[in-house]
Amino acid sequence: MGRYVIRRLLQMIPVFFGTTLLIFLMVNVMGDPIAGLCGDRQCDPATAAQLRSEFGLDKPVWQQYLTYMGNLFTGDFGTAFNGQKVTELMATAFPITIRLTIVAIVFEIVIGISLGVVTGLRRGRPVDTTVLILTLVVIAVPTFVTGLLLQLLLGVKWGIIKPSVSSDPTIDELLVPGLVLASVSLAYVTRLTRTSIAENARADYVRTAVAKGLPRRRVVVRHLLRNSLIPVVTFIGTDVGALMGGAIVTERIFNIHGVGYQLYQGILRQNSQTVVGFVTILVLVFLAANLIVDLLYAVLDPRIRYA
Amino acid sequence: MRGATRARWAACAVAVALAATACGGGGDDSGGSGADGIVSSSWGDPQNPLEPANTNEVQGGKVLDMVFRGLVRYDPRTGEAQNMLAESIDSSDAQNFTIKLKDGWTFSNGEKVTAKSFVDAWNYGAALKNNQKNAYFFQYIEGYDKVHPESGSASADTLSGLKVVDDLTFTAKLSQKFSLWPDTLGYAAFAPLPKAFYDDHDAWLSKPIGNGPYTVESYAKGSSMNLRRWDDYPGDDKAKNGGVDLKVFTDNNTAYTSLTSGNLDLVDDVPASQLRNVEQDLGDRYINTPAGIIQTLAFPFYDEKWDTDNARKVRQGLSMAINRPQITDQIFQKTRTPASDWTSPVLGEDGGFKKGLCGKECTYNKAEAKKLIDEGGGIPGGQLKISYNADTGSHKEWVDAVCNSINNVMGNNQACVGGAIGTFADFRSQVSTQKLTGPWRAGWQMDYPLIQNFLQPLYYTNASSNDGKWTNKDFDDLVDQANAETDKAKAITTFQDAEKVLVEQMPAIPLWYQNGSAGYSDRVDNVALNPFSVPVYTDITVK
Repeated sequence: MGRYVIRRLLQMIPVFFGTTLLIFLMVNVMGDPIAGLCGDRQCDPATAAQLRSEFGLDKPVWQQYLTYMGNLFTGDFGTAFNGQKVTELMATAFPITIRLTIVAIVFEIVIGISLGVVTGLRRGRPVDTTVLILTLVVIAVPTFVTGLLLQLLLGVKWGIIKPSVSSDPTIDELLVPGLVLASVSLAYVTRLTRTSIAENARADYVRTAVAKGLPRRRVVVRHLLRNSLIPVVTFIGTDVGALMGGAIVTERIFNIHGVGYQLYQGILRQNSQTVVGFVTILVLVFLAANLIVDLLYAVLDPRIRYA
Repeated sequence: MRGATRARWAACAVAVALAATACGGGGDDSGGSGADGIVSSSWGDPQNPLEPANTNEVQGGKVLDMVFRGLVRYDPRTGEAQNMLAESIDSSDAQNFTIKLKDGWTFSNGEKVTAKSFVDAWNYGAALKNNQKNAYFFQYIEGYDKVHPESGSASADTLSGLKVVDDLTFTAKLSQKFSLWPDTLGYAAFAPLPKAFYDDHDAWLSKPIGNGPYTVESYAKGSSMNLRRWDDYPGDDKAKNGGVDLKVFTDNNTAYTSLTSGNLDLVDDVPASQLRNVEQDLGDRYINTPAGIIQTLAFPFYDEKWDTDNARKVRQGLSMAINRPQITDQIFQKTRTPASDWTSPVLGEDGGFKKGLCGKECTYNKAEAKKLIDEGGGIPGGQLKISYNADTGSHKEWVDAVCNSINNVMGNNQACVGGAIGTFADFRSQVSTQKLTGPWRAGWQMDYPLIQNFLQPLYYTNASSNDGKWTNKDFDDLVDQANAETDKAKAITTFQDAEKVLVEQMPAIPLWYQNGSAGYSDRVDNVALNPFSVPVYTDITVK
């Protein structure tokens, strides 16, 4: 187990450097960001040159990357164009997005898995068919449609929620955005769980458990669900990273000033420091989430532990 | 809002059941009504640090307009320059100015506003080492080329043209004659700065201190700023409300939705997609008034094929091939006005705006347009490609419409096409490094309501925003002459003469004047936009 963890940790190093380098190159391909700073007029050449050297943009890309990586290990993520430290931006953006992600994940786990278990145990019944159709609809409709629709209905027509959240939103403000963000993944979790449960319900060990006279509740939760959760856990684990990075649409609709907003702003203004900084952190989140998923396998299924 | 509260509790109950989370209040109820009522308004994240000489876009400018007052202020309705902190700005030769300040002005931290507050601030703004994006506003003051050379390092720290005479007097010597110079001093870059600005710059940036009708109560960068009325403000344009809460919106659609649901008082940018519903949603609480912005098509004169006499005819023909009224009606829902000169209606007749100055060259005429273009040997390169940035501003729609109009005239579906460029920064960088070989969309938002500002920076030889590198001796001479003219009315007619050169040469095709659009809730009253399309916050009253 120990060697397994160490091997997984070592694998993360090239992935980390590779992704950050890629992002660095991609942002740099977009051209000279200083030109956009002065609006519809030309920056005067002297000021532009000075800004370029201040942000290190006058050096070759490989040198910029090395300097950037060097600074990174001292915790210096550079400065955004509006004069704010990128770490400062992160300190305001990440807590909000983490809150939003937690809300979304809780929705996925609670609603998704429950619906999956219910439908998996009642295959072919009306409940199953209804939920299947519903998930199909949710998957087919793009997030921004769901988001804008809920905003219009709940926020404007019925006045149940505020259409935009405050600058430091509480959990209850994030319920609707969280549900919107979770919606598609939630449908997938339902379907994954359903299939997995349905498959395992006919397994020998379940029959044995039932034959032993165990209470139905115990059979479902301890024997059936535990074994059926492996694909679901994989999905939810990788989804953590996807939700944090993919919140751009949802955050924009509900005016949430989180990671998605900062990334969007950073890309629009070609602010490489912001974009690379945030993506670096997101890459780390992805890697950590994947690691945790792999470790959870071992917990759920002892066979993997000794492999 | 009783219904809403109850419903929120219902939502909370669901939350508790699901995730066992506690419910906070979460409501940021704005306090009071009447004279102490707080107005909540939409805002965009300022692109640059909030310093007077470093702010060049509307969102940051909005704040500076509330927090600062300069020597001169533009009347929010007419745009006319009026003395604010200045007692007098005198000159006998349009080059040496003596500026006397009114007594009794202070910054909100109690520090007195003196001649030194101005001179130091201007020196700071002009100095190359401070990276101020508006440094070029000080270019007319003598010694600017020393503190801000075009390349290399500065050979002086302060502008030699500025001298403090006494506490309330200073003099400014310009490097050339410029009779309308005092009228430019209302721009935010010329604001005075308190000592705190230099003593602890970071602290000042996180909570700016100025001498305007509002003070900054709190500023959460990137998300909100709360401004409160400064009760000891000595000016006569005291705030008629308790303060303004600016909230950053990432999407103007969300801001508009917040307005219509009653969670926001003021939106100063109605999204294009909502223009169809806005009358129905807001009725007479929708404002659509001219702003000092003109949109044009600029041409690359550094490219030989555009810099010929034949190409001049083609440009005139293209201008006549664009059906401006149809596009402003159908695409912009009348939030633009077809342009018939190169300035803006906000200048007023006295300020130099002349409707129809461009004449038939800017009027849609299918037959004449085709004739002129053919006479000029057709479109250089065979196809007109209009470049624009695709990331913001939904330019694609109108560029396609303009091309459609031109294609109709030419009877050729491929005569004109749009050329999208991914980001604004990339677009600007291609424009400013002379990479484009065809026309591009150009927009000009005035810095101050002067006809000079619509002509000189854009069309004078090698001027700061003359991206197409157009050059014409007649035009340059007339502009010089106008600047040296001490009589204001005469200066303006000379500028108009210069503008007539633009009709003949058509270095840029005027398209339309842009309006400012805003909407407000029924909680507030007396909302208006100034000529810069910024709401006049001080006048807003809360019911």
